[in-house]
Amino acid sequence: MSSEAYYVPSQSRWPILASIALFLLAYGAGSMINGLSSEESGSGGMILLAGAVLMALILIGWFGNVINESMSGLYSEQMDRSFRWGMSWFIFSEVMFFAAFFGTLFYVRTLAVPWLGGEGEKGVSNMLWEGFQAQWPLMTTPDMEQFPGPQQVIDPWHLPLLNTVLLVASSFTVTVAHKALKNNSRNNIVLWLAVTVMLAGAFLFFQAAEYIEAYEELGLTLHAGIYGATFFVLTGFHGLHVTLGTFMLLVIWLRVLRGHFEPENHFGFEAVAWYWHFVDVVWIGLFLFVYIL
Amino acid sequence: MTTLKHSVEAEHHHGPAKGLSRWFYTTNHKDIGSMYLWFSFAMFLTGGCMALMIRAELFQPGLQLIQPDFFNQMTTMHGLIMVFGAVMPAFVGLANWMIPMMIGAPDMALPRMNNWSFWILPFAFAMMLSTLFMAGGAPNFGWTFYAPLSTTYAPPSVTFFIFAVHMMGISSIMGAINIIATILNLRAPGMTMMKLPLFVWTWLITAFLLIAVMPVLAGVVTMMLMDIHFGTSFFNAAGGGDPVLFQHVFWFFGHPEVYIMILPAFGIVSEIIPTFARKRLFGYASMVYATASIAFLSFIVWAHHMFTVGMPLVGEVFFMFSTMLIAVPTGVKVFNWVATMFRGSMTFETPMLFALAFVVLFTIGGFSGLMLAIAPADFQYHDTYFVVAHFHYVLVPGAVFSIMAGAYYWLPKWTGNMYSEALGKWHFWLSFVGVNITFFPMHFIGLAGMPRRIPDYALQFADFNAIASVGAFIFGFSQLLFLYIVIRCIRGGDKATDEVWEDPEGLEWTVASPAPYHTFSEPPLVK
Repeated sequence: MSSEAYYVPSQSRWPILASIALFLLAYGAGSMINGLSSEESGSGGMILLAGAVLMALILIGWFGNVINESMSGLYSEQMDRSFRWGMSWFIFSEVMFFAAFFGTLFYVRTLAVPWLGGEGEKGVSNMLWEGFQAQWPLMTTPDMEQFPGPQQVIDPWHLPLLNTVLLVASSFTVTVAHKALKNNSRNNIVLWLAVTVMLAGAFLFFQAAEYIEAYEELGLTLHAGIYGATFFVLTGFHGLHVTLGTFMLLVIWLRVLRGHFEPENHFGFEAVAWYWHFVDVVWIGLFLFVYIL
Repeated sequence: MTTLKHSVEAEHHHGPAKGLSRWFYTTNHKDIGSMYLWFSFAMFLTGGCMALMIRAELFQPGLQLIQPDFFNQMTTMHGLIMVFGAVMPAFVGLANWMIPMMIGAPDMALPRMNNWSFWILPFAFAMMLSTLFMAGGAPNFGWTFYAPLSTTYAPPSVTFFIFAVHMMGISSIMGAINIIATILNLRAPGMTMMKLPLFVWTWLITAFLLIAVMPVLAGVVTMMLMDIHFGTSFFNAAGGGDPVLFQHVFWFFGHPEVYIMILPAFGIVSEIIPTFARKRLFGYASMVYATASIAFLSFIVWAHHMFTVGMPLVGEVFFMFSTMLIAVPTGVKVFNWVATMFRGSMTFETPMLFALAFVVLFTIGGFSGLMLAIAPADFQYHDTYFVVAHFHYVLVPGAVFSIMAGAYYWLPKWTGNMYSEALGKWHFWLSFVGVNITFFPMHFIGLAGMPRRIPDYALQFADFNAIASVGAFIFGFSQLLFLYIVIRCIRGGDKATDEVWEDPEGLEWTVASPAPYHTFSEPPLVK
């Protein structure tokens, strides 16, 4: 160990290109969103699209580079540990991102809405909308004209329950695939990863169906007061993370088809599996605190 | 194994690449550290110019130079630029330069991501500064961007502000992940955790704070974006939300954030004082535990920024006492620095002068913080110049002085040349005098009731405001002297020895001055 030399990659064009792409994404998104609000047509959408395409190409190229380096054996055990720390802390940062929204949900439910309804030490805020009744889910908002509350909320025991089963099952199947990888039975890896991706796809499909139902039948929208706001921001960001995770699983699946990964050395696979379990755990929290309770 | 060695050696023979591509494509921690430091200095001058505009307007009562709305844009941009553009990148730059050298690593753990972390910043700040030229002007709601000022009443440029904050967050999180991975994984054999230099320890804890709270900042600006453009009501009571919720989420980020800006400063000062007192640091282990305690406490004190918004009494009391607890580990640190100097063979080179000023002036800022922590008293101080005096004392002669101290301390190692000690002392004394003339009177006008973020004020505050403005210009222009000293040091000067100072501790002093482009291609052995 002590005599082992370090691996330091040579110069790379990806970081600066990725910064440009990120700038285009951010600037384009900002212009487009501002354009929507002021109802002017601008070039924001095009800039956003250019940024997205450039970023996609960069990610393919950059990850391609890393995969090639890994396949040609340039990485030491130490490098592997760096990747592990990197991924773990990245997932921790994601946990904190969701913590902000869960914190928001708890604050609103247990403090802000009851105070508006006249409870507790800050109950004077009830003077703002006299007669406002605190309830959760908040069906009648203080100002029903500006924020018309939902007529109904999602029944947790239909689509959400199904989605829970799908996502928990997918966490199992990805573990089965991991076991298969450790035993080097390639056909099983391909099979179980494919099952995982299909479960993920089904989850996303039902999530979309749920959103359509919420918007078209239940009156549960982003405008529907704080219940709709917390509902959509929590489930929406979770859905985005599932989408990202599905892409990651697909990449891993394609790499397995190409014969990548060895029973002893497959951190790329594990990183995606970790991420997938994280997404699953967040869903359990959502199912519990957003849908059931 | 052989290919691995080969690739390192091939790299080792190359010096830095020629031309601009060296900076655009680099994976070298020293190049990236330098870029961070130069970027930080450019932002320091930019934010400084805004501060001088504020002070020029406040030189006299009445409106002389700028209109109130532009004044608000200046206070907002000054704060955002100094926090996210000057102080944080300076510490990341120092971390990039020094941490690999201090722990015997060849580079950072993830060198390409390192370069990405840096290059996001110029783009993010270009976008942020571009809001000054947009219709409706730049963000004008203060660097804390409280809703509904930043939502219902914000200028359209707020959208770009939000995305700029997202970019800074991405940069900070990647930078912090890199630093943690480097410290946990790339230490030379024998460099156990309790042998780490304190600068490394404080950065390890800072990086943890960054990863924990930057995503929360991303969350809160996302909710703002949704409220402004997509009809949600997170911060609008008409839909059942709560504007106070904004403050809670913001300060859950914001309070750890202020420690992100001071813990590395503690680390730098803990490196410098032992060198110039010619004694080992007093109470190393207690310094580590104190740092960790401060980091832990930073998560449970946030609402002391919000004593006057209307919290239940139990909240006021909890946050008051948890805040006062911070004085305990901070007191341990100050005690240890003083004890390190006690009976030391002290000399007063420029880095030591800045470090000493740090200890004294940061402590003043700490004491005014204790006053602000007393909830019933805070109702008088809240949103006055007393608060401005408090956080400028911990940030300017605190964080900024420590960065200057670190820059002078390590400049000879970076450039191979000694800086001009005479000019360095001039820079120090001008800064020291300027900073105190600027911020000390603010305590008085704050206690007398002058509100912050106001372009005009009542006549009785005129004298102290005029004095503060004079001090601000002294401080601001003396930073140009710093720029001159650094450039002169890069271009030449007395050759520095490898040790630079008299018998300093740490691996960075065992390598040549200037430090070679690749410091350790094989890990050194630490006894």
